[in-house]
Amino acid sequence: MPEIKVTPLGAGQDVGRSCILVSIGGKNIMLDCGMHMGYNDDRRFPDFSYITQNGRLTEFLDCVIISHFHLDHCGALPFMSEMVGYDGPIYMTHPTKAICPILLEDFRKITVDKKGETNFFTSQMIKDCMKKVVPLNLHQTVQVDDELEIKAYYAGHVLGAAMVHIKVGLESVVYTGDYNMTPDRHLGAAWIDKCRPDVLISESTYATTIRDSKRCRERDFLKKVHESIERGGKVLIPVFALGRAQELCILLETFWERMNLKAPIYFSTGLTEKANHYYKLFITWTNQKIRKTFVQRNMFEFKHIKPFDRSYADNPGPMVVFATPGMLHAGQSLQIFKKWAGHEKNMVIMPGYCVQGTIGHKILNGQRKLEMEGRATVRILFQLDVKLQVEYMSFSAHADAKGIMQLIRMAEPRNMLLVHGEAVKMEFLKGKIEQEFNCHMPANGETVTVTTNPSVPVDISLNLLKREMALGGTLPDPKKPRTMHGTLIMKENSLKLVSSEQALKELGLNEHQLRFTCRVPLQDPHSDPDTLHGIYLHLKSVLKGYTIQHLPDGTVMVESIVIKVSSSAEDPNTKVLLLSWSYQVKYFHLLKKG
Amino acid sequence: MAAHLKKRVYEEFSQVVQIPQEEAPAKKLRLSKPSKSAALHIDLCKATNSTDALQYLLQFARKPVEVESVEGVIRILLEHYYKETDNSVRLKIASLLGLLSKTQGFRPDCIVDDAINTLNNEKSHQVLAQLLDTLLVIGTQLPESPTVRQRLIEMACKHLSDSYFGVRNKCLKLLGCLGTVDAPLTKDNEGLGTSLGLCRGVRDVQSIISDYFGDQDPRVRTAAIKAMLQLHERGMKIHEIIYNQACRLLTDDYEQVRSAAVQMVWVLSQLYPESIVPIPSSNEEIRLVDDVFGKISHMVSDGSWMVRVQAAKTLGSILQVSPHFLEQTLDKKLMSDLRRKRTAHERAKELFTSGEFSSGRKWADDAPKEKLDTNTVYLIASGACGAFVHGLEDEMFEVRIAAVEALSQLARSSPSFAEKCLDFLVDMFNDEIEEVRLQSIHVLREISTHITLREDQLDTVLAVLEDSSRDIREALHELICYTNVSTKECIQLALLELLKNLNKYPTDRNSVWKCLKFLGSRHPTLVLPLVPELLSTHPYFDTPEPDMDDPAYIAVLVLVFNAAKSCPTMPALFSDHTFRHYAYLRDSLSHLVPPLRLPGNGLDLVDSRCSSGSVESAQLFLQQSLNRVSTIQNLEAPGAQDLLNFTIRDLRRLGELQTELAGAADFCATYLRCQLLLMKALQEKLWNMAVPLCLKQNVTATAAAQQILEETYKLEFLYSGLESRQVATIHHVRLQAKALQLVLTARTRQGLDPLISSCEKFLQDIESFQRLFLAELPHLQDSFVDKLLELMPRLSSCKPVETVKILQTTLRQSGLLQLRLPEQIHRATATIIEPTGESDNPLKFTTGLVVALDIDATLEHVQDPQNIVKVQVLYPDGQSHMIHPKPGDFRKPGPNRHRLITQVYLSHTAWTEPSQIEVRLLLAYSSSSTSLSSASPASKLGWSDSIDSLPQPEAAVEGTIPFSKPVKVYIMPKPARR
Repeated sequence: MPEIKVTPLGAGQDVGRSCILVSIGGKNIMLDCGMHMGYNDDRRFPDFSYITQNGRLTEFLDCVIISHFHLDHCGALPFMSEMVGYDGPIYMTHPTKAICPILLEDFRKITVDKKGETNFFTSQMIKDCMKKVVPLNLHQTVQVDDELEIKAYYAGHVLGAAMVHIKVGLESVVYTGDYNMTPDRHLGAAWIDKCRPDVLISESTYATTIRDSKRCRERDFLKKVHESIERGGKVLIPVFALGRAQELCILLETFWERMNLKAPIYFSTGLTEKANHYYKLFITWTNQKIRKTFVQRNMFEFKHIKPFDRSYADNPGPMVVFATPGMLHAGQSLQIFKKWAGHEKNMVIMPGYCVQGTIGHKILNGQRKLEMEGRATVRILFQLDVKLQVEYMSFSAHADAKGIMQLIRMAEPRNMLLVHGEAVKMEFLKGKIEQEFNCHMPANGETVTVTTNPSVPVDISLNLLKREMALGGTLPDPKKPRTMHGTLIMKENSLKLVSSEQALKELGLNEHQLRFTCRVPLQDPHSDPDTLHGIYLHLKSVLKGYTIQHLPDGTVMVESIVIKVSSSAEDPNTKVLLLSWSYQVKYFHLLKKG
Repeated sequence: MAAHLKKRVYEEFSQVVQIPQEEAPAKKLRLSKPSKSAALHIDLCKATNSTDALQYLLQFARKPVEVESVEGVIRILLEHYYKETDNSVRLKIASLLGLLSKTQGFRPDCIVDDAINTLNNEKSHQVLAQLLDTLLVIGTQLPESPTVRQRLIEMACKHLSDSYFGVRNKCLKLLGCLGTVDAPLTKDNEGLGTSLGLCRGVRDVQSIISDYFGDQDPRVRTAAIKAMLQLHERGMKIHEIIYNQACRLLTDDYEQVRSAAVQMVWVLSQLYPESIVPIPSSNEEIRLVDDVFGKISHMVSDGSWMVRVQAAKTLGSILQVSPHFLEQTLDKKLMSDLRRKRTAHERAKELFTSGEFSSGRKWADDAPKEKLDTNTVYLIASGACGAFVHGLEDEMFEVRIAAVEALSQLARSSPSFAEKCLDFLVDMFNDEIEEVRLQSIHVLREISTHITLREDQLDTVLAVLEDSSRDIREALHELICYTNVSTKECIQLALLELLKNLNKYPTDRNSVWKCLKFLGSRHPTLVLPLVPELLSTHPYFDTPEPDMDDPAYIAVLVLVFNAAKSCPTMPALFSDHTFRHYAYLRDSLSHLVPPLRLPGNGLDLVDSRCSSGSVESAQLFLQQSLNRVSTIQNLEAPGAQDLLNFTIRDLRRLGELQTELAGAADFCATYLRCQLLLMKALQEKLWNMAVPLCLKQNVTATAAAQQILEETYKLEFLYSGLESRQVATIHHVRLQAKALQLVLTARTRQGLDPLISSCEKFLQDIESFQRLFLAELPHLQDSFVDKLLELMPRLSSCKPVETVKILQTTLRQSGLLQLRLPEQIHRATATIIEPTGESDNPLKFTTGLVVALDIDATLEHVQDPQNIVKVQVLYPDGQSHMIHPKPGDFRKPGPNRHRLITQVYLSHTAWTEPSQIEVRLLLAYSSSSTSLSSASPASKLGWSDSIDSLPQPEAAVEGTIPFSKPVKVYIMPKPARR
């Protein structure tokens, strides 16, 4: 039985450093190559020594596929390809290919330039790595080699996120990456056709959540921003540079447009501006509304949103500012926060999750007095009174439990495998799924083996098929199996069903006749020819509608059955009836009748 | 849904319909008949190869064929068909056969045998399919012949086992369109049955079709379902046994099959709503309609958006579903960390009911309270759960609109559901596509009779008032007109937001006032406690008198006065100036301010009488006025003119006061004015004078005649809701005016020739009048026309001079024709909202180039504005342009209301000074088509087609009626810089 083996090196019962190895039909594929946000040591990257202890990975891997540009899905890519060593193809979609190096470079800068780490990949390595990338289009079937083919599907989540369908022969695996089944303001919903893979590897970040309508959240968000602006307050929205930021920008931009508002919206510059440029380019990857209206106006060419300058923070009057990073732990967002925190008219809206220990987490938990480090060279702690309003809004782009189920229904897999989620929550979903499918949830380093039962396709010769058609009459009925005679030839890895004559001819064999004979003792006083004649007459009277011949050489032929009579030497009355027929003949019952 | 299906069926049948008879006059037609078929014959014989033959056939197909020659042509085609070896040519011939069979007036029963014969001998699958299509056409052309039908069905059954999907498709289609509704198939052809491949025993069309639900080709499966739906359309009762098969098709791999299956399942749910079906994997049973509802809800999250649209639309028409299932559609069963979580909507509601407002601190607020038994949460088979939640946040706006519509349909039939879906509809106000927002506002208005808005909901609704789109704001004003709110805070909130809206968009003034009028009259008791605050009165101190011209103050007053109408204690709270303002507003904005019973006010008596049954009394007054006028029998009676004058004045005033009757009153007034003019013209002294002396007086009479003519056109085309009787009356007046004109011409002009022709023309007019209003003639007893018709034989034979004399006397003797009022008369009106004509800044542009002027106007009671409304631009030099707006510029915000938003391009040569141009709207009319269509409104096109054959009754008078006030726009074309 053929098997598919799946081993997560990261993201097994965990979120972060997604890296999954799949062996299917003798091919080894690495799905994603991410880093873990939570660690700063070796655990940051997947353990590539699992594949090989020393030497390069090229000979062990047939290809690497990256689902989208988030660092927990592509952060370890330069490390793997340049430092560990991999020269094979790396597949990703066009937007991912465009945006991924920006993020990697940013990541490198922070780790090397700010934290001063050594032994890290360099800019050149990122460039070299990107040279190995082969871009993918949606729904385009790419032949990696003769047997392995991959196909990308739209996954929502972020710009350019894709699900991949990997197929070797008749076995196939679908890897979802991160996906979203509910469309948002700039991206559509994930979609896959009914490809019926053997294994569906799905993320399960929200395995136990069924989210309610997101319109309600959007409305709340807009209302809060609007109210604050009307009061003349300033609104700070800390965001991560890519993904949600664009969604919120579009949301605010359209709202401003609709409501004819005049207050300025600023977006902190840098990385985001470059990325925004790509958002403008990859219109085909966005949702219906943006795709349909971009001819009149590209939604990412914001009319109301302008780049932010540090000095603007002190401007009087209402404004909205998007600033990085998202958890208020450092950088521009923190600086602005410090400036605005003292005034109760202002507001900060946290659109995402905040890690414990960050200021974002503290204020969300209601802390009103914060200890801050002064900016002077001497460390001065001072206290900051938080008077501004603090709001939390969850804008997440992962599929919820219902979305996962929806995807399962769309793809109709035979087995499920959950990754990229917390173990407890996975367990719950697994329980649900197992009522209907086999479901696995391997931990990191643990291998899951799925046996498949692929059906084997066989070529059939046209002549044979036509002959069978002529026999059978009506259309083939898919519900009823039909038997037919033929010869199966296995030659050079291909299977062929041909008629026996052709098979003999092809194989250069002679045809052998197989005949069965049988003796029937008979008490009859007549002479041999008379007995035979008697039998002939008897058969003729009994078997009407069959050809019965009395041949001159002393035999009777019933169709192709030969009947002979011979008398034994001792007892002339005891005659022996000799019957002979070939193995195909079915008329034996006729004789019984006789 | 059913209408949708039906429409599709009609579409299928209306492919190419050629109506050949109107091509050529009768004489030519006979000539061309032999030549046509002969030409084809020769052409086909000439063709050396198949490409040539195909070319000839293609050319032939472009020209229509007359009914008489159809059969001949078909014979020739069939002859060639048998000879032809090339498949494509045979295919074309087969399609031509079908096309020809559709010729109107041709009965294709003569070619049935031939067609079936060809079918039996055909080998090519494509040609077979085309032939079956032809048979389908023939079958539909012969609906009343059961034998042909039977034979065709047999043919279809025979070819159902073909290996080519196209043939099977066509067979199924044929079965669907022709399958007998009443008799089972094999009953009357048992003899033939076996030989014709119909040896399946006693089976009816349905079971044969349902066999193909499991066909291997998705196209055939689709065709089978469609054939079944077709049977349903034709009134055959579909058996319930196919339900399981149909349900299985809902999970088909192909979207077209799923989409058709959704329809099929829906049809079954409508046929057998109450039958019981088991739930698989449990021993429970539910009603079929609920089962279907669950299944279709499931399809709302299908992979294909076409199916999603279909499913969402269908959901709206399953009204028999149990409320329990219905309410599931709004609930996705929230779970977080294995516990049930309350939805944000629920939380909002709770916050509200607990009287505490949102602190906004939602972080970690979703700490779940009750632990949920995880085994009770089903994920995959979640049925109807959250179908609308999915539908409303779908990626494709088509799905969202369909979902909103379905919500509205379901909500209208179930008040409790309406209450529940409110939050979701309100959420949709925030959609990214304006169409969806607009639709959800409309839907909310439709269901708002069922619901009372909570404060937080009202808040969200009102937030949309700041939308920059005028359509949205206006729709929202309409919504607020119909909304019920629960507390006085809500009223205050609404007022505040509306005033803000008024401030931001001053053009919304009328709409906002109207909105407050309804708000006030709906919630008098809620307004009452707010009055002192609203009017800023103080128990001890006098407050300054507010500015009467302030739209915001007027808005407040409109709210208060309307509330006061049904709240007698309220006027006690008013201060003195409020009463004065009331009197002023009651007069100037009578449609917004109701009559009030005010203490110690002179207006009291008048108003209270008026207020009791205002419309009825006005109606009565109108009728009385008309009756009074009808007493004038003799036009020369003393005081008749005065009476008319007074009545006209009364009616005009009535129209201003009672907006409901404005149309009718105006109509009557205009009509009476025509009569008055006629009367005056006839009473001129000139009639007693010798001809040469009266040239001067003639001028006034001629002008009067001309004016009457103009007025009659206005009467005819400016008012909607006229019946044929009124049109006859109008035409009658017109005839009188024409007679007057004729008489005057005869008196002034010397020479007989022009007189003869105008006399003839007048006689023609009379004839056409008689023809058009034959049915109305009995009502026109003793009228001018009646008398003329009596004298007709004499008129047509006598000399023009004599004719004129007769006319003159009849005209003077004829009495006033009494006007009968139809139920509803509305005058077409238009108001140009933009440009306002108040701007002092000239619109500057370079000469020779164009400048676009935005025009925004509302039209009321205009039928078919796309064709008749025009924009006129009048330049100071007298030059005028007529612009025909595009059909897409018209929108229909409500019944009988249209909105024109268009751009007009202006251009002119250089001016030295800025100057004003006039812009106005015109109503174009053409008397020939419209007068006829009023006699038979059903078929406008038909008329214009056949009118050519009739002798032209009168030269079509085309013209325009201005129906809006002109607006002045200041423009300045600058000379181009060199």
